[in-house]
Amino acid sequence: MPARLRRIAAVLLRLFYLLRSSSARIVPLFAWQAVDIVLWGFISQFLNSVSAARFNFISTLLGAVVLWDFLVRCLHGVIIAFMEDVWSRNFLNLFASPLSIAEYFSGLVLFSISSSLVVLAMMVGVATAAFGLSFFSYGLMLIPFLLLLFLFGIALGIFGAAIVLRWGPAAEWLIWPIPALLSPLACVFYPLSALPTWLQWVARLVPPSYVFEGMRQVAAGHREPLMSLLVGAALTTLALLAAGSAFVRVYHHALRTGLIARYTAESVG
Amino acid sequence: MNLQPGAAISGPPRSGATTGFEPAVDGLGASALRQEGDAGKRNMGTASTNFHLTDQAGVSAAPVLTVTGLSKHYGESLAVDDVSFDIAGHEILGLLGPNGAGKTTTLNMILGVLEPSAGGIVIDGLNLAFRRRRALERANFAAAYAPLPGNLTVWQNLRVFAMLYGVSNAVERVEALLREFDLLAFRHTKCGVLSSGEQTRVSLAKALLNRPRLLLLDEPTASLDPATAREIRSRIRRFASDNEVAVLWTSHNMVEVSEVCDRVLFLARGKILLEGDPKTLPAEYGKATLEDLFVAVAREPLTLED
Repeated sequence: MPARLRRIAAVLLRLFYLLRSSSARIVPLFAWQAVDIVLWGFISQFLNSVSAARFNFISTLLGAVVLWDFLVRCLHGVIIAFMEDVWSRNFLNLFASPLSIAEYFSGLVLFSISSSLVVLAMMVGVATAAFGLSFFSYGLMLIPFLLLLFLFGIALGIFGAAIVLRWGPAAEWLIWPIPALLSPLACVFYPLSALPTWLQWVARLVPPSYVFEGMRQVAAGHREPLMSLLVGAALTTLALLAAGSAFVRVYHHALRTGLIARYTAESVG
Repeated sequence: MNLQPGAAISGPPRSGATTGFEPAVDGLGASALRQEGDAGKRNMGTASTNFHLTDQAGVSAAPVLTVTGLSKHYGESLAVDDVSFDIAGHEILGLLGPNGAGKTTTLNMILGVLEPSAGGIVIDGLNLAFRRRRALERANFAAAYAPLPGNLTVWQNLRVFAMLYGVSNAVERVEALLREFDLLAFRHTKCGVLSSGEQTRVSLAKALLNRPRLLLLDEPTASLDPATAREIRSRIRRFASDNEVAVLWTSHNMVEVSEVCDRVLFLARGKILLEGDPKTLPAEYGKATLEDLFVAVAREPLTLED
C-alpha cells in the first residue's frame, strides 16, 4: 500500500477502533436520526390526513428531513472524528508524525462518508418501511441532491474544525448548533418564497436551499431544476474551498504560535 | 548576586560564540574531543556545529541531526536564541536547563510542530522545512506530556502509529516492543487506565516503532520507579549504539544525565551556555557535581554568557 494511503488508513483505523469499542459512540450515530424520522413521519402522516393539499407530505416533508439529517450527519462525521483527537489530546502525537494535514482530513472525510452512508441507509429503511416514503420518486436527481448535501456537510465540518483549532476545545459549543442556525435559511421545510424578500437573498447564498427547492419541485412533478442545482454546486464548491483555506490558515497559525504542541482546554480559548 | 562574567563560576577559557556553520574542528570528531577532555576546543553559544564526525575506522559520518541558528520568538519574547548543535549516530545528547530555558520549544521545532522564526533543521540529511514528511519518518519522540490516546488499547495505539510511521511487518514489530517494554499483560488495556509509569513505557515503545534515526526524549523516565528507569536507560543506550541512533534527551535528573548522555548542552534563556562531557564538565567549572553546575547555570546564567 502506498505510504500516503497507509497513513490515511491509520486515521480511519483509529476511528474504527473507537467506534467498535464503545456503544456510547455507536448508539448516537443512529438514535437521533431514527427518532427524527419517526417524529416527522407521524407529523407528515397527520398533515396528509387533515390537509387538502394536492401533494404528499411524506415525500416533501419526511423526504426533506431525511436529506437534512444526512447533511447533519456528514458535518458530525468530520467534527466528531476531529474532536476525538481534541478530547484525547492527540495532536502532538499525530502532527509530529509523517502524517500531513491533507491525509489527516482525508481520513476524517472517509470516516464521515462511510458512517453517513450507513446512517442514510438506516433512515431510508425506516422511512420506507414505516411511512411508505419512496426515495426513488426523486429519480436520478437524488444523486446530485445527496452529493451537494454531502459536500456542504463536509465543508461545514472542516470549517468547524478550524474554529475549534483556533479558539480551543470550548469552541465546540459553537459548532453543534450550526445546523439549527442554518436550517431556516436552507428552506428545509418550506419554499424559499415563504421567507421575507431580504432573507430570500441570504438563503440563496446557502447551497442546501437549492437542493430543498429542487426536491420540492421534483416531488410536485415539475421540471428538473438543473440550472439552480448548478448554482448550488458552484456555491458548495466555494464553501469547500473557503473551509479548506480557513483550516490551512488556522493550522499554520497554530504551527507559528505553538498551539499544536500545547493544545488543551487550559491553553487555548 | 554577582553577575559578572566568570565571577561566580570559574571555568576554562571560552572560544566565544561561533557563526553557526563552522568547518570540522581540526579533523576531530566530538567523541575524540570528549576523550581528550580538551575544553578549549568546545564552543560556547554554538555547540559542536557541523562537525564531520570521524569514527574509529576513520570513516566520516554526517550528523543525524543538525540544528543551525535556530530561533523562536513570540512577539517581543525570545524563547530560543540562535541555537546550533548537531548529534551524531549512536550519540546521546542531553539538553539541560531550568524551566522555561527553551528545551521543549527546541524539541517542538525539531518535531515540526512549531515553526522556527529563523534557522534550519536537518534530520538525516533531509531539511525539515522542505521535506517534512520524509524527515519525520526518520524521527520519533516520547514525552511525559504527550501520552498516547487513553481511549485506545496499548495494542491499538501501537498498531495505528506503526501505520502512520510506515513500519513494515507492523504486527511483529508491535509484538516485539510489547515484549521489550514488558507490556504484554496490558496489550488489551486502554492506555487511559494505565499507571503513569506504564503509560511512559507505552510512549517509549511507540517512539521506537519505526526504528528512528533520531529519537527525541523529553524527561522519558520522569514517572518511572528507579529500577524501571535504570532498565529503560540501558535499553535506550543499547538501542542508540546498536542502531546508530542520535538521541536528544532532556531531563532534570542530573544523575541520570551523567549516566546516559555522551554530551550535554546547557540552555538558559534560550541560549546555549555550556557544552561538554557531563562527567568532566562540573570539574572544569569548579563544581562538584552536574547538579551543582545546573543550579549555578539556572541561578546565574549571565556569569556564563559572553
